[in-house]
Amino acid sequence: MSHTSQTISPSLPAASPAPSRLLARKALKHRGFMVGFSILLFVGLTALFAPLIAPYDPYKQDLLARLAPPVFLGGDWKHLLGTDALGRDYLSRLIYGARVSLLIGFTAALISAVIGTTLGVLGGYFGGKVDAVVMFIVSVRLALPATLVALAVVALFGGSLTVVVSVLGMLLWDRFAVVLRSATMQVRQMDYIAAAEVLGASLPRILFKDVLPNVMNQLIVVVTLEMAHAIILEAALSFLGLGVQPPTPSWGLMISEGKEMLLFESWLITIPGIALFILVFSINMLGDGIRDVTAPEGRN
Amino acid sequence: MLKFVLTKIGMAALVALTVSFISFILLFMAGDPAIAIAGEGASGEVIAAVRSQYGFDRPLLVQYVDWLMRALSGDFGMSYYFKTPVSGMIAERLPVTMTIGFLGMSFALLLAIPMGVLAAAFPNTLIDRLALGIAVVGQAIPSFWFGLILIVVFSVNLGWVPASGTRQWTGYILPMIVLGYYATPAIMRLTRAGMLDVLSADYIRTARAKGIKPRRVLFKHALRNAIIPVVSLAAVQLGFMFGGSVVVETIFALHGAGYLAWESISRNDLPTMQALILIFAMFYITFTFLADVLNAWLDPRLRTA
Repeated sequence: MSHTSQTISPSLPAASPAPSRLLARKALKHRGFMVGFSILLFVGLTALFAPLIAPYDPYKQDLLARLAPPVFLGGDWKHLLGTDALGRDYLSRLIYGARVSLLIGFTAALISAVIGTTLGVLGGYFGGKVDAVVMFIVSVRLALPATLVALAVVALFGGSLTVVVSVLGMLLWDRFAVVLRSATMQVRQMDYIAAAEVLGASLPRILFKDVLPNVMNQLIVVVTLEMAHAIILEAALSFLGLGVQPPTPSWGLMISEGKEMLLFESWLITIPGIALFILVFSINMLGDGIRDVTAPEGRN
Repeated sequence: MLKFVLTKIGMAALVALTVSFISFILLFMAGDPAIAIAGEGASGEVIAAVRSQYGFDRPLLVQYVDWLMRALSGDFGMSYYFKTPVSGMIAERLPVTMTIGFLGMSFALLLAIPMGVLAAAFPNTLIDRLALGIAVVGQAIPSFWFGLILIVVFSVNLGWVPASGTRQWTGYILPMIVLGYYATPAIMRLTRAGMLDVLSADYIRTARAKGIKPRRVLFKHALRNAIIPVVSLAAVQLGFMFGGSVVVETIFALHGAGYLAWESISRNDLPTMQALILIFAMFYITFTFLADVLNAWLDPRLRTA
């Protein structure tokens, strides 16, 4: 709290702090936001410093130490989460797997954000025929079965990281377009847009300086949703064998490899599955939190 | 109303046409289909012969129109891999997919709507928290993993239901739960939000003031109005479920159209892939069209297309 506000009007806290500090304060008090943010930060740091944290090389096979159980199932402390069918340390693979999930989720969400935001803002700003075209493109995209198209494209072009990221980015932009279209429509009614137009501001200036900053909150919320979506889809594609290819440590791929040992070594699928669940859960919590925190007073 | 329906039909047809073109082009870009049919390592002459026999040497647009005309009459060509007509294979496999799709949707609606209504009627109570918990977990749980866990618990450990196949009707239970749970969070949240909105409306207060029983107010007066957006969402979700059945059918080894899609994709069987993408898209288009019409019928204000 700033010094001046306390001395002048201690009874009017709403008028005192800067908007960004107010947001930060609201965020700190929001339990879901803090839980999501903390978990995501933890996973993010783990992924970033994977080479320093991981106890073993995630690709190094040790056929003498195959399928060692994790510590909590009676294994020893050499391999905290045990080893897989090729004797690779499961904890190390899990740590490196966080890299794959976060990288794919974030990049795919970014690509789809660019596509969807462009469409949504244009449709919402111009309305009329432009809007009709945008809505038509969105309906076509929604009609295409995303999982199937993604599988087909990966099968045809090969399962490299680039292909997986691109195809997910090209498929998951529909929500950006829909949400930003209606957000832009609301902003379009504002006086400051009319003022900018009257002052002769160029179209790019209006779109980038006046419209985009005012729909940024909604944009960020959709980024979190689609990042979670992309992470789950990547895992599903890799699980079906048409995503990231072995020996890359992807959580979906780990579940797929563990599936063979489902009956006897079920921890092989529970561990990466729980990791996937926690990551997606934290991103969703963060997104819900951002939506609550940035919502104007009195609206939920 | 007639004008509304006709406009919607026109739009749906246009979307369907565009989708058909995309699914045709998409797979054509992938490589030379003649090589795919002739097999790897075939001589240049054989490939050329295949190319002219199948008509791959014609202009792309001509091939597309030809393919579309045949598709409209139900002929999707021969499968490269299975060497049988694609339409016959799909017709044989679709019932399984449709069964788990409709079962899954019923499961989702039966779970989500009552929970959503109760959560809105008693906000911030235990039941509201429970509904929120179900929704939050459902949004974050990968369905392929959820399926595997259910197999471990209910098939392997408890032995209540078969882990795969549909020889017994119990084989449908786990796929229904997995597919249904996937659609539950969105439907539950929308029901709850819609109910909260409606419950604060004047006519609900009037109904309560007249002394109508709370349960009747909740399920007759309020739900009727809150359910309208849920209808659209359920239609969209059902369309997604059909497309998403590839994951569930692979886990539970159900020989439906989703599993066929996975088989054809992993074997580069272009005609089957194209046909399945188109058919799943048609399901989505039909469901959303029906939902639009149903909504317009329920709420005349929506009839301005």
